[in-house]
Amino acid sequence: MRVVLAEDLFLLRDGLVRLLEAYGFEIVAAVESGPELARALAESEPDVAVVDVRLPPTHTDEGLQCALTARRDRPGLPVLVLSQHVEQLYARELLADGSGGVGYLLKDRVFDAEQFVDAVRRVAAGGTAMDPQVIQQLLARRADDRPLGGLTPRELEVLELMAQGRSNAAIAGQLVVTERAIAKHTSNIFTKLGLEVSDDDNRRVLAVLAYLDRDR
Amino acid sequence: MTTNTNSGGFRSRAREVLLAAVRGLALALVILPVSVLCFALTAVSVALIPIGAGIVTTPWILGGVRDVADVRRRLAYEWCGVRIRSAYRPLPADANPWAKTFGMLRDPQVGRDALWLFVDMTAGFVTALLPAVLLLYPLEGFAVAAGLWRVLSGGGTYWYAFVPVSGPPTALGAAATAVVLLVGAWYLCPRLLTAHFRLTRAVLDPGEGELVERVRVLTETRKDAVDTSAAELRRIERDLHDGAQARLVAMGMDLGTVEMLMDKDPAKARELLAQTRRASVEALGELRDLVRGIHPPVLAERGLGDAVRALALRLPVPTEVTVELPGRADAPVESAAYFAVSEVLTNAVKHSGADRIWVDLHHVGEGGGMLRISVTDHGRGGAVVGAGSGLAGVERRLGTFDGVLAVSSPAGGPTMVTMEIPCALS
Repeated sequence: MRVVLAEDLFLLRDGLVRLLEAYGFEIVAAVESGPELARALAESEPDVAVVDVRLPPTHTDEGLQCALTARRDRPGLPVLVLSQHVEQLYARELLADGSGGVGYLLKDRVFDAEQFVDAVRRVAAGGTAMDPQVIQQLLARRADDRPLGGLTPRELEVLELMAQGRSNAAIAGQLVVTERAIAKHTSNIFTKLGLEVSDDDNRRVLAVLAYLDRDR
Repeated sequence: MTTNTNSGGFRSRAREVLLAAVRGLALALVILPVSVLCFALTAVSVALIPIGAGIVTTPWILGGVRDVADVRRRLAYEWCGVRIRSAYRPLPADANPWAKTFGMLRDPQVGRDALWLFVDMTAGFVTALLPAVLLLYPLEGFAVAAGLWRVLSGGGTYWYAFVPVSGPPTALGAAATAVVLLVGAWYLCPRLLTAHFRLTRAVLDPGEGELVERVRVLTETRKDAVDTSAAELRRIERDLHDGAQARLVAMGMDLGTVEMLMDKDPAKARELLAQTRRASVEALGELRDLVRGIHPPVLAERGLGDAVRALALRLPVPTEVTVELPGRADAPVESAAYFAVSEVLTNAVKHSGADRIWVDLHHVGEGGGMLRISVTDHGRGGAVVGAGSGLAGVERRLGTFDGVLAVSSPAGGPTMVTMEIPCALS
């Protein structure tokens, strides 16, 4: 799998390259600034881009803007955005086009190599990987909302993992139950939230995220 | 008479003249009782200081006089664009009545207020009344000319201004005088009202002493700024020392133990490694919170508008944010504005009980530029500045940038906190 990587801090860039190569990814470009990233994305047509939000020369949200522009030019281009902090505002912008293939994670998530690599693969395959913190912020904000209050604690747990972009199989693995049980929970959740049930994993995640993020 | 050729201009001028007369009349009617009352109360209260009662009443009455003066300052700007500055010395919130009374009496601005009360009930009253007189007196002239003179003169002579009216020819003279007066009113009315406020400014405005006052305000706000930043640095030092730094030390020790255990007890070593990784995540979390408290990353990346939007998204209360900022302010101003909004929002969430909050940020170009922020909630109201409230801290923070804070929060709500910081956008 071909990866373009953009990270300005040498140590982190080096570490990410080694980690991804160890898991069999091919790093076609590892760059350190916004303009270089734009060029790499246009020239090397990667399967997925792993991008730091803050990049030189402006040291603002250059990486995020680059990723958003690239996705406008090439809809569905898988992009995994990494940051030292997560903001719903940015998550919203990344999800806005509704086409999937988007990830937004704290840099800390790299510590758990297995899960991080799983997130990269998921995004590359057109799925979603939202940081647990984003989901928790969304849920905390709606704590007193009636429809969400109607979910059982177990269903809330499943909802949280589903909103992060995990498949039924992955959720079942994490909660140590059968996939069938998870399928039952998810269909309950969709009924309770009044969302249309969809077989497509990714469309399902986007629907849940949109539901959580819509204006109260 | 170019105005007459254009009926729109004519109508708007007529409106302006009428408005000046009505406003002047209303002002004159209010001035007389209010100024006389304030002046009398002030005099009595000061006279009562030697027997003690005045100590209690004086700060209260002078505060009232200040409110009256502030209303006039506002009207001067809103009606005639005359800007009257004020330079009251701030009083410590916990001062005793004695210190308060004498602090206020020593304030040159309070002296100007008292002088103004006297001028206001004499010359101020007359200048406020003039536009209305100038507009109404000609009407009497026309009435006299139209035949009222027969009733008023009672067979003798009725004086209209300087015209002795005793028959139709002189009545015509009265009408001519009235026309002249009306033309005068047409040109003079708005200017006379402005003259009233200019007179007010001449007495109330700090004028020459302004520079001295400015230096005093700057010295004070600078001291506040230095104190605040020193306290912030101490807090950051403590947080780092007890938080991330301590965790890194612990992690280093754990790693040393892991190194030793690797051959002897691999299972135990693996357990310790997992623990170390958790500690590193916690240390990062703490650093992240600390960074957010020093300078929020979104503020650095996106500027004030998006930083406030991101802040609003984190609140448990639905918050609408409207932003109209064509550029970015200087970093220190952005930061001060952000933390001010953050504090006001925290207050609103904690105390107001509101289920909706509105934040409006916009920049106005007039007078070198001004960042205007308002935070409104329809909660229970009753918010005050001072006495340990977070709003006093916000006021101090903004003071460094010559910013001001105003709170309108009647019991029962709604609460509206308005902040203004002079600044240009780039």
